[in-house]
Amino acid sequence: MAEVLVKRLRKEFPDGTVAVEELNLEIADGELFVLLGPSGCGKTTTLRCIAGLEEETSGHIVIGDEVMSGLRPSQRDIAMVFQFYALYPHMTVRDNMAFPLRAAKRPASEVAERVDEAARMLRLEQFLDRRPSRLSGGEQQRVALGRAMVRHPKAFLMDEPLTNLDAELRADMRAELKHVQQRLSSTMIYVTHDQTEAMALGRRIAIMNNGRLEQLGAPMEVYARPATLFAARFIGSPPMNLIEAEVTNGHLTAAGGLKIAAPDGIKRGDRVIAGVRPERFTVSDSTSDPDAARGRVVSREALGDETIYVLETEAGLLNVRMPPTARFGEDQVVSVRHEGAAPPVYDPQSERLVGR
Amino acid sequence: MTSAVVASGISKAFGDVTALDDLDLDIPEGAFFVLLGPSGAGKTTTLRVIAGLEKPDSGTVHLTGIDATGASPAERDLAMVFQSYALYPKQTAAANIASPLRARKLPKAEIDAQVQRVAELLHIEKLMERKPSQMSGGEMQRVALGRALVRNPRAFLMDEPLTNLDLKLRVEMRTELTRIHRSLGRTFLYVTNDQVEAMSMADYVAVLRAGRVQQVGSPTEIYDRPANRWVATFVGSPRMNLLPCTVNGRLDGTGWSLPNPGFGLEGDRPALLGVRSEDLSLDVRDESAALDGTVYAVEPLGDRTLVDVEIGDRRIVIKAPPTASLEIGQHVRASVDLDRIHLFDADTESAIARR
Repeated sequence: MAEVLVKRLRKEFPDGTVAVEELNLEIADGELFVLLGPSGCGKTTTLRCIAGLEEETSGHIVIGDEVMSGLRPSQRDIAMVFQFYALYPHMTVRDNMAFPLRAAKRPASEVAERVDEAARMLRLEQFLDRRPSRLSGGEQQRVALGRAMVRHPKAFLMDEPLTNLDAELRADMRAELKHVQQRLSSTMIYVTHDQTEAMALGRRIAIMNNGRLEQLGAPMEVYARPATLFAARFIGSPPMNLIEAEVTNGHLTAAGGLKIAAPDGIKRGDRVIAGVRPERFTVSDSTSDPDAARGRVVSREALGDETIYVLETEAGLLNVRMPPTARFGEDQVVSVRHEGAAPPVYDPQSERLVGR
Repeated sequence: MTSAVVASGISKAFGDVTALDDLDLDIPEGAFFVLLGPSGAGKTTTLRVIAGLEKPDSGTVHLTGIDATGASPAERDLAMVFQSYALYPKQTAAANIASPLRARKLPKAEIDAQVQRVAELLHIEKLMERKPSQMSGGEMQRVALGRALVRNPRAFLMDEPLTNLDLKLRVEMRTELTRIHRSLGRTFLYVTNDQVEAMSMADYVAVLRAGRVQQVGSPTEIYDRPANRWVATFVGSPRMNLLPCTVNGRLDGTGWSLPNPGFGLEGDRPALLGVRSEDLSLDVRDESAALDGTVYAVEPLGDRTLVDVEIGDRRIVIKAPPTASLEIGQHVRASVDLDRIHLFDADTESAIARR
């Protein structure tokens, strides 16, 4: 496996669309790296440039210590995994995995050795003589990975491989993929528009928007401190509450008297937007809490393991995540307060983080 | 409580395929009632039978106490909303919403008043002069909804109306639909395969599978007391963990054993232990109710971390706090909340009651 560098990548299509602009990424050897963003953000174009399926307008790609400029996909020593179910149904697992090596006319002894090695790493030994249809979804996915692995690629590139699966299977596959990737320490670049998938899988996530890098960080970093309002809106469900507030005496005050702990590095009188995750609010029927705002329950979604409330307050509609034991009814007037340390705050003009 | 819709003993086959098999439903007046199930469960057929678009092979449909089994769709006075918006492309939102009333030749002043009422209810006053091509998917869905709401039908039937919207909009529209339901106070019968939609909006959920009702109850009842293994794993995300076991004095599985908290099952019967991921904890308080396992994968989701753990030859998911820090291959102990576990008969798959 190898590291992958994206240096000052720019991709402009013939119609003048700039898909990727000034993108720099350093993907470490053995890292599962996620490119996340809405459709049209440039994530797939970036992956295709790394794979050699698109030619960069400027900048370059380095895989291992080799500059890839001008090299065809087949010369780059990478494995593209588009969809996990593209196994040959009439072939055994062994033949499926051996296929790329046989196609490349490798000697039989080498084919057998590589297939055995991949089967051992993926714990597929007992399935080698079965057909794919007799395997579970997770096992089929391991076979598809095995088929990519036998070529000893420098990196795996994956473009929304789980998108077409139903929710249940997707959750299974996610854990499976993460397990295998960590056991093998393979370099994997994974494109998705699904923030849950990005969080669950990535060692680091690059959030892209309009062809540019919006934020780069570990899942919990981007969740706790989104760098921009775009990232704040994109990560988390229900979304982060973005609340206009003024810096007053040592805290932030929003409309309706809601008080929120203030970070360092902002000054009294500043107008900011505070980003508060739904689980940082609590709802009560207290009427005397000086830091709380009053609000009316607009909706309550009892999801079983948690209940999501939407409250109408003077500070806007607020999403609040509560344990399932909380029982407030629709239209009930309640108090909502912020709990814990200062949330990230944003400048309303630049839409970027301010303070510490 | 009076019933808006009662369907009794409905069966319906299409050729050799049985779509509905002796289905009974009782939908209370004014309820937000959700038919939940995977595709092919018979949800849409049920809705179409109730709407009069499909004739059942046997069984009856009563609407507010009156036998409507042979009535035409128009006579039933129900409004349907589908996942495709089916708006007239050349007409404004206002004209689209007004179309059912114009078809009935109501006076113009009354039509205008009704359209205005609906526009206010849906918060789409600003869209009224726009055509569908100038609207987003969410806006079109609201207008389509408006066209149903402008009439004053007995009940609203909705077939996966949010399916084509993106996630953020779907979440928004869920809140919106509950609000609209409350302010109208009318019966909503809503079909979906999305258990989050069902859980978040419904007063009552009927879970359907293969043309049969598996369970009817409030979302909390369905989640906390699933009637069988199938419902237990269909509702809830991550899905309920299942571990095969035998039941005697204790619950014994491969590589684990738990005290039996009072399930009544005689002598060494095979069963399935069901535990939701939030009813497992890596912070072991009660050593007598713990499972040993190996970490398979760790998935941080922000507000929580899902930990996949191998227990014997099975894999389970544990919901842990976001701060949980674990490595693949690490040995862990997970304690089980015995008050919240479920047991299903291995043969019938029905939930086994506690003594």
